[in-house]
Parts: sequence; structure tokens; C-alpha cells
Amino acid sequence: MSAVINSNAEHHTMIAEFERLLAQPMEAAAAQSLSRRGFMKLSGGVGGGLVLALAVGLPDQASAQGAPPQVPFAPGAYVRISPDGKITLYSKNPEIGQGIKTAFGVILAEELDAAWADVTVEQAEINAAVYGAQFAGGSLSIPTNWDNLRQAGAGARAMLVAAAAKQWGVAESELTTADSNVIHAASGRKASYGSLANAAAALPVPADAKALKLKDRKDYKLIGKRFTGVDNVALVTGKPLFAIDVNLPGMLYASLVKCPSVGGKVASANIDEIKKLPGITDAFIVEGTAKPANVMATGVLPGVAIVGKSTWAVFSARKQLKVNWDHSTASKDSWTDYVAKAKELSVKPAGDKVVRTVGDVDKALASAKPVEGYYQFAFVSHAQLEPQNTVAWFKGDSIELWAPTQLPANSLPLVAGIAGLKADKVTLHQMRVGGGFGRRLLNDFVADAAYVATKVPNTPVKLMWTREDDMEHDAYRVGGFMAYKGVLDEQGKLAALNAHMIGFEDPVSKAPTTASDFGANEFPANYLTDYRSSISRLPLSMPCGPWRAPGSNTMSWVQQSFFHELAVAAKRDHVEFLLEIFGRKAGAAPQAGPPGLNPDRAIGVIKLAAEKAGWGKPLPKGHHLGLAFFFSHQGHIAEIAEVSVDAKKKVTVHKMTVACDIGPVINLSGAENQVQGCVVDAMSTLALEITMENGAAQQVNYDKYPARRMPNSPQVDVHFVQSNYNPTGLGEPAFPPAAPAICNAIFAATGTRIRTLPITKAGFSVA
Amino acid sequence: MLRLNVNGQERTIDGIADDTPLLWVLRDELKLVGTKFGCGVGQCGACTVHLNGQPIRSCQIPAVAAAGQKVTTVEGLSAGAQLTALQQAWIDHDVPQCGYCQSGQLMTATALLKQHPKPTDAQIDQFMTNICRCGTYVRIRKAIHAAAAATAGKGGAA
Repeated sequence: MSAVINSNAEHHTMIAEFERLLAQPMEAAAAQSLSRRGFMKLSGGVGGGLVLALAVGLPDQASAQGAPPQVPFAPGAYVRISPDGKITLYSKNPEIGQGIKTAFGVILAEELDAAWADVTVEQAEINAAVYGAQFAGGSLSIPTNWDNLRQAGAGARAMLVAAAAKQWGVAESELTTADSNVIHAASGRKASYGSLANAAAALPVPADAKALKLKDRKDYKLIGKRFTGVDNVALVTGKPLFAIDVNLPGMLYASLVKCPSVGGKVASANIDEIKKLPGITDAFIVEGTAKPANVMATGVLPGVAIVGKSTWAVFSARKQLKVNWDHSTASKDSWTDYVAKAKELSVKPAGDKVVRTVGDVDKALASAKPVEGYYQFAFVSHAQLEPQNTVAWFKGDSIELWAPTQLPANSLPLVAGIAGLKADKVTLHQMRVGGGFGRRLLNDFVADAAYVATKVPNTPVKLMWTREDDMEHDAYRVGGFMAYKGVLDEQGKLAALNAHMIGFEDPVSKAPTTASDFGANEFPANYLTDYRSSISRLPLSMPCGPWRAPGSNTMSWVQQSFFHELAVAAKRDHVEFLLEIFGRKAGAAPQAGPPGLNPDRAIGVIKLAAEKAGWGKPLPKGHHLGLAFFFSHQGHIAEIAEVSVDAKKKVTVHKMTVACDIGPVINLSGAENQVQGCVVDAMSTLALEITMENGAAQQVNYDKYPARRMPNSPQVDVHFVQSNYNPTGLGEPAFPPAAPAICNAIFAATGTRIRTLPITKAGFSVA
Repeated sequence: MLRLNVNGQERTIDGIADDTPLLWVLRDELKLVGTKFGCGVGQCGACTVHLNGQPIRSCQIPAVAAAGQKVTTVEGLSAGAQLTALQQAWIDHDVPQCGYCQSGQLMTATALLKQHPKPTDAQIDQFMTNICRCGTYVRIRKAIHAAAAATAGKGGAA
């Protein structure tokens, strides 16, 4: 086994995180299901035709015999072909703005050899028996579904080809397919998929999904082209796609008012007065089930629930609500205190927990004057635009929900527990998600709705959070601190690095706060002969959770900013400085398993970004470049920011050049959109913070948390390497390098090193 | 009883509180859910509709203040299946990500093009104050310019 190619720490942390979330080892489960994966044919329903599912976890016997297992009609599966020629493809994972509904459709249609114009893509139902793991997180949808989606498309195509061969009495090998047709070139015959659908449905399913021949990349007709999102017509005409848009007959509206200091309980409240307000049907105190810091498990926080006949009746009643909060159980966390404590801890050479030791870093640090940098980054909010909401309908022996969740599977047992039902009595309709960014991997808002619904049985109820609820009870991107010391050798090469992170932990369980961690293989652990990473942890009870590229989005900023400090101290060109480090391990053969940080791919994107950005070439007057590279979510991404800074420290990002190696791109338009969005998001987040005092967030709406708007949106030039590795996800990996690239460019422009986020602390603003 | 003219239709709504924002009358009473709730304080613009052709944050005005006036929502932008040039540009440039803010963006951009049929980048920056948390601004700008170009010479904006 090669020790040269790192298994990226962050990647495996994310996988581990999702294994915990999904309560199953993902990679093992994927491998197992591949061996046991079989096709199952589902009833085509009234319209007839072919409905083909590629099921995971079927008994070997059923798939080996090719016999359709006895499954109920499931309006899902992957591929449905109607006799009228309509092709419906089902996207198994939640759509949160990452474009997966379109990308999954393209992959299925490619192997099916369908004409894109014939295709409709629909959200699949939530059904683990048919679809396996269904979630939107970790940029894992593409890498974990690339094989099964291609096989599902190819399996349906194989059955259509078999049907045509039988009909025409020719060998399958004489047939080809194109644009939703089976073609027999020798006789000039052609049959549409629709005309073959019923005949195909009568044939046995392919015995072995893995034996199906998949297309060579050179033969792709759809993958890699530009597609507009499959829901775009519905979006621009205002069709109901989101959970917040669900309207049911007799539906009531509800809100759950929680303590601003996270975890506070209700001592008393003017419930009787609230109940008498116009349009209010009920109000009651909620004891709660969740521990504030333990939001990954989630549950219902204590508070007061108000139910009424309209959203406005409920929101108005909230203004009349008077609660005496019992703060004895509430968080007392203070950002001011953390900043002071972290500064004290940072002078220690190592934290309480040493994560990785290579050689003797203390000796190396003593031998030369080290370059030092102490970094601090703020808590931030997800601030996704659709406030949390869920429609829940408790019917006594079952419960039905419409929810904008990124992790539907986890909501089922959570809701079942709250409703006192078995999980199979919970039906969850996956709705389009109005922004995820990791926030909706937590199902606390689904739990809120389920709880309130049990109190108003047999009535659908729409549980609404206000924006203030949302920012006050976010699962924040955790803040943190990093103290670096680096040693350069006589040639100005990086010889040793000491990295001491000050992060956070649960005050009771001592478990690391989500994304407040340091991976053993974090770059440059495997590139140096003297290295130490360690972490000190402060107790934190504010809820924190995954936030777009968790861990990576802050690790990239501290690490890639400090690497620029080192390059500057070494008086070396930043591109050349990074290339030299990656060059120390270049040229190794890739290892098996999910791709880790590959130095050759890193070198490839750094060189490409430098070339495209005009690194080292003359720039417009006052313009300066800054570089950063980061590997996360299996993606290798280098970004170069071109900025100018005016006398008032206003930073204008004129252009961001982004070079990505994520393997082949599925939908070029969607991929570029993700990268553009990541750059804007990073610019926005550079200037934002959530501070907390007494366990309460101090910024609870967009007036105090001014997410970026239209002005001065930069030009974003995106370049894809399109390497031959399997395709990987792009919802996250373009985010981490953007902030350090901008900060490094600010240094180039001004000589000021930004070591604290938000950059407003140093008097800068982003134009 | 409240009378509203919404998307060219006379609508009557009974039994709502006088301070009910137009947003919630549209969403909860008239089931026109294309207009979105984002912040409730007039910051994000997800609730943007037209009042007599002017873009307004519908979470900030009581519905009674719109009585007898012309309200247009995203559902009323296009006549039947024929999309406006701006809606078509939105699709051609694949603008949305999560899509939640997009109806508000479209309403603001439609009003912009009425006022400035060939807007400059500076005019776009000044007029387009809606938040897109996904950061689709680069494409929104392109789509606005494309729609302006598509309608140039046709004697009208989107």
C-alpha cells in the first residue's frame, strides 16, 4: 500500500459523520449492496409500461433468478417508460440547490440512451428498501450513486433491446440504441422505447447488474453538456415545490417559541391569554426532549407552541406571548470569553490531545526562528433562505409529513419516537429544499412539527419558524482558533510545522463539537519530516452542525493563509512554494478506495489556475492576485483571486479563477453554477459572524447578518480538468479555497495579513 | 371584507386581521405560494410582488393598503404557457440553485426592465436588492442583460 497518497482526513471525517448519521457503515454498505444489488420490476400501474428499479439489499436468490420479487406498487424506482413514450426518471436524493435532480437524470438518461426531450425527472419517494441511503450531504450524491444510476439506466436499455430483438427475431448484438429508440441498422427498422415498453415489462430483468456493459466515456451524448435545471420552469412560474408551499384542506398553522438562550425552559407563560387571541386555536407549554448541544440526535427544544388558523394569527400571537424563562438549564456561552481563553491556550506548544506526531517538531522549532501565525474565525449561520418548516398530519395510527430535509431517513425514527408509532407508520414526502448548506441534515424542525401535530390529531398543521427562530436556533458553523509555527530551511523550503487548534467540545459528553476537529492526515502531515497537530477544547453548549464543507471551510482558511505567510517569509513565489511541497510526493500510483489527496491532481489544478489567472504576468494597475488550494469532498480545487483594495480598505474581487479536478463533469451548467455560488458564499461569509452572549445569538435576522447581495459580484472563471477519475461532488469543495485566496490577495495588495474573521475586525469590507 | 385585484382577477377575502401583511393573504388565503416568506422584516426580498407595477416587499404592507389596487405576483407574470423574455432568460441561463428566492428576484428584475429597458450593471446593482443565499447573482445579471437584448426592438420590456 502506498503511503504517498494521503487518505484525506477531512474526507474520512465526513464519511464517519455520515455513517453515524445513517447508522450504517457507508462504504461497506455500498460494497455489500453492489454484490447483492438486483433489479426488480415494479407494476407499471394503470398506464402499463416498464418500471424498473435497481434495488439494494435484495436477497441474492431473487436477483439471481431474475424473478420479480413481490413488491407493492412503488411510484418510484429509477426508470419508468410509458407506452406513450414518456420517460420518467426518479432522483433518489433531496434537491437542495446542488442540482442533483438534474445531474441524476442526466446519468440515468445517458445509459438509457434516452433523448433528453423525452425525459421528466421527479423526486423519488423516501424508501430505503428501493433506494438505499437517501440524503444530500458531504457532496456524496454523485460519488456514491455513479455506479448504481448508470446500471439502472443500462438495465432498462438492455430490456428494451431484448424486447426489440424478440419482436424482430434478430440477435441483440445487431441492435443499437439512440434518442429513445432501438435501431436495427441492417433492416432499417426502428422502434421507440414507448412502443417497446409493455413488451419489455414482460421480460425477465437482467440477472446481474454488474455484468451490464456501460458506455465508454467517449460515447457520452449527455454527460458533460449543459442542462438547465429540471425544475426551472416550475420555479420561474411560482409553482409549489417547497414544503412551505404545501396547503391541505383544514390545515392549521403553528409556531414553537423557544428560549433565546439555547436550552432555557419555560417557568411560566400567559397561555390562557394567548388562547383567547383571534385566530388562535390552541397554545401549550412544551417540555422538550432535546439536549441543546447534542443537535445531531435532535429532538424538540422546550418552549411554547401556538396553533392557529393562519400564519399571521400565530405570528401576531407570539408578540403577545409573555414567558418567564428558566435559564438554569440554558447555555451561558460567551464568544468574548472564548476569545480570551483561546488566546491563553494558544501559547502552549501543543494542545491537550495530540492528533499526529511526525519526527521531532519541538527540536525543529528550537533550531530556527519559526514563522508564527495565530488565527481566529467566527461562528456563522447557515441563513438558508427558506425558514425551517414542516407540514405534519397525525392520524392516530400513522403520521404523514412534508419536509425540506437533507436527511429524510433520520427523521423517520425521530418522528416515530415522538408520535409513539413504529417507523413504518411514518410517511415523509421529500420536498425541494430552499437552501441546505448542511443545516437540514438536522431534523429538529421536523421533530417540532411532529410533536405539535400529535397535540392536534387528525388535523394537518404547518409548523413555521420565523427568521429569528432560524438564526437563534441554528446549528452554527463552529468558530475556532489555530496557532501555527513553521520552520523554513536554508533553501526557504518548509521543513517543519506545529499546528495547535483550539476548538470546542460538548461540556458533558466531551465529544468534539461537529467540525471542530483535526484529522490525522490533514495536509501537510504526510509531506514533512517534523510535524505535530494537536487540539485543545473548550466546553461549548451552543448547537453546532455541518456547514458547507464542514471543517474544511475553516481549515482551508487558516492553513492556506499560513502557507502564504510561509512563502512570503521564504521570499518565494507562492505557486512555486506549493508546487514544491506537493512535488515531494508526486508521481505515485493511486491507491484503492475513495480518492484521497493526490499530489499530482493538486499540482495539476494549481498550474492550471496559475496559467488561466495570468500569474506572474502584468495586471491592471492596483490589481493583485492571491492563491489557495484545498482538497475536500474528493475534489482538488485551486483558486486565484484578483482583487484591489481602496484607501478605505474596501476590497473589490474583480475575478476569481477556479481550477477543479472532480473527474468528469455531469452537467457543465450546474457545475459552474455551484462554483460561482461557492465563491459568492465565501465572499459573503468573510464579512459575517454570529456572536453569542449568555448562550444567545446576537444576530438573528439579515439586518444584523447581512448576507451578500448583487453589487460587485465577481467574474468567476471556472476550468475543469475533466480527469479520468470517477466523478465526485461539487456542492462544497469550491468553497474552502475561496476565502484564503481572497485574503492572500489582500495581503499582496496591502501588506496586511488577515488573521481574524470576519475581515471587518481588521477594518476591511468586501465591496 | 377585503377586495384585492390580484393578477387581473378580483378576489375577496373574509375575516382577516387588519394588520395582516399582503404576503400572508397571498400565501395562506389565496394559496398563491410563489411569493415567498424569508425574513419578515423587508430585508431579503423573497416576498417581492408588484403593486401597480412597482416592486414592493409584501411582508411590509398590510393587505388592506393594497385594496382596490393592482397586485401582480410571480404566478401572474406570464400569460398562460407563454413565458416572458425574462423568465425564458432565467431558464436559458440556468439561474436557480435552490430556487427559493427566484420568484422575488424575477419580480424585482421585471420591474427594473420596465424602468430601464437596457439596464447598465450599475443600474442592476442599485435595483436588485434581493438576497440569493446560493449566490446566483452572476447568472441573474446575465439573464437580465439577455432579456433586455431579447426584447430590444420589440417595443417593450419583459
